[in-house]
Amino acid sequence: MEKRVVYRSAWLPYALVAPQLAITLVFFFWPASQAIWFSFQLQDAFGQSSSFVGLQNFVALFKDPNYRDSFTVTAVFSVLVAGIGIALSLLLAVMADRVVRGSFAYRTLLIWPYAVAAAVAGVLYAFLFAPSIGIVTYVLKGWFGMDWNWVLKGDQAMALVVIAAVWNHISYNFLFFLAGLQSIPRSLIEAAAIDGAGPTRRFWSIVFPLLSPTAFFLLVVNVVYAFFGTFGIIDATTQGGPATSTQILVYKVYHDGVKAADLGGSSAQSVVLMAVVIALTVVQFRYIERKVNY
Amino acid sequence: MAGVSLRNVLKSYGELQVIHGVSMEIADGEFIVILGPSGCGKSTLLRMVAGLEVISGGQIAIGGRVVNELEPKDRDIAMVFQNYALYPHMSVYENMAYGLRIRGLPKSEIDARVQKAAGILELGQYLERKPRALSGGQRQRVAMGRAIVREPQVFLFDEPLSNLDAKLRVQMRGELQALHRRLGTTSLFVTHDQVEAMTLAQRMIVMNAGRAEQIGAPLEVYARPATTFVASFIGSPPMNLIPKDGKLLGVRPEHLEPCSPADAMLTIELDLIEPLGSDTLVYGHIADGQSVRLAARLHASAPAQAGKLPVRYAPQHVHWFDPVTGKRIGP
Repeated sequence: MEKRVVYRSAWLPYALVAPQLAITLVFFFWPASQAIWFSFQLQDAFGQSSSFVGLQNFVALFKDPNYRDSFTVTAVFSVLVAGIGIALSLLLAVMADRVVRGSFAYRTLLIWPYAVAAAVAGVLYAFLFAPSIGIVTYVLKGWFGMDWNWVLKGDQAMALVVIAAVWNHISYNFLFFLAGLQSIPRSLIEAAAIDGAGPTRRFWSIVFPLLSPTAFFLLVVNVVYAFFGTFGIIDATTQGGPATSTQILVYKVYHDGVKAADLGGSSAQSVVLMAVVIALTVVQFRYIERKVNY
Repeated sequence: MAGVSLRNVLKSYGELQVIHGVSMEIADGEFIVILGPSGCGKSTLLRMVAGLEVISGGQIAIGGRVVNELEPKDRDIAMVFQNYALYPHMSVYENMAYGLRIRGLPKSEIDARVQKAAGILELGQYLERKPRALSGGQRQRVAMGRAIVREPQVFLFDEPLSNLDAKLRVQMRGELQALHRRLGTTSLFVTHDQVEAMTLAQRMIVMNAGRAEQIGAPLEVYARPATTFVASFIGSPPMNLIPKDGKLLGVRPEHLEPCSPADAMLTIELDLIEPLGSDTLVYGHIADGQSVRLAARLHASAPAQAGKLPVRYAPQHVHWFDPVTGKRIGP
């Protein structure tokens, strides 16, 4: 059956997609092409003059140990954010799915964090975990004797931004998992129960495989989120520090370009970042999606 | 194999009672059909036997063992669902083997049982396929295969044929009968389709609003309906119920025969005539002004045209019911 809509007018379909195209052109293709163009230039710090330097910005980039370090930081950060985020939201969704009484209130509460802007979430967590005045710090120090000071300790700073990023994004994952769980026919679970599978076995052999397309989709979304969407959280808390221990790639792009005024180097980084994300997404769709389709 | 006992089984959701005490002794190997309109509680009753619904009152015993508190997996039953409930991410083979693997049967035993079931159900060439690559009838067979391999004490069927088209339904009905003859496993089969009930059942329970209106062999239920509900639910068109002398007179459409006006016991004012080839159905209302609907099944050769149709019936084909309680009062 022909599902496409056929327009008689020649210009109407173009007019209908024009707004979306305009937005994409202005806010993606134009800056992206600018970034590519600038990545081949060397500019003075005041933007007065620039000269074409070919691939030198890229060469300098990959010789820079700080930049390679930022790759490692990004890898650790995104694995933690995507891994913990997906696991935790799945757990919450499974529990929320079982709740009968008060389920509406329960679900609404779990969706709230998504309404908090990343920067605001960052500020909240910066306060909660503040080394001198934070309430969580008080508990960590007073009850567990933990020497908590993320301003000085890199791994603690990483833990903080991971916690804030996971918290901020968990509602999104939760909603998708909950919808996925509710789309599994009840009779499948009942059939498995009659077949003798206990709750744990039912989950791993029936529910989880049926959720795997959802989980895969969320993996892609979460990795992209960890790469880009967490900028506000990092900027509002650690600003990449201490030293460069939480400086993920996207934050380094901003830091080098805006604060260090190295426009060429920053542009080269953003070109690399674009390539990395495109490559990651392609790999995910190519190799992982095949295994989750049934 | 084993029999099933229902002893005054009750079900309520909070204040709302949906099953009002159903009792029945089902012998080992019997094929029982639970028949009723939607919402009468027939599926709920079956799900209580399966252990998917909590039993609010009374007892259910399988093979002499009270199972009220047992998990579904410990009741030694297998169930075929209306939508088949096949595991979509598993092959046909894995679907059938799943329950056996959980029970920890040795691989060779699992394979032997699956192959045997696949042989019975002619699924041999589809074992590696996923359910989505099967037709409705094949999926239905896989669902049955999954039940057979378990070799349970009791089969439970929850409207398993209602998602099939009419032709396939007739075919699967035949296969079900053949399967039951072959395996002889006690079976409970829920349906709203009276033809399925009449053809499959050794005995049937006719349910209405959470009560068992009548329990008996299909022809016995047809011949002696215990209530007006059963009388009008079984048989197509349903039994004519005519108020007479403060009672309800029941007579089946096929027991009305055209006659001369002088011999007429009833006169039908015809509204609708349906010639079916083998016979002719006529519908109308009683001619004396009462708004009682009547139907008659006439011989195909009988003259049928709009107007008045005088009919008579033999006394042995008459049923009497109490108009208030709906219960049979004679003969």
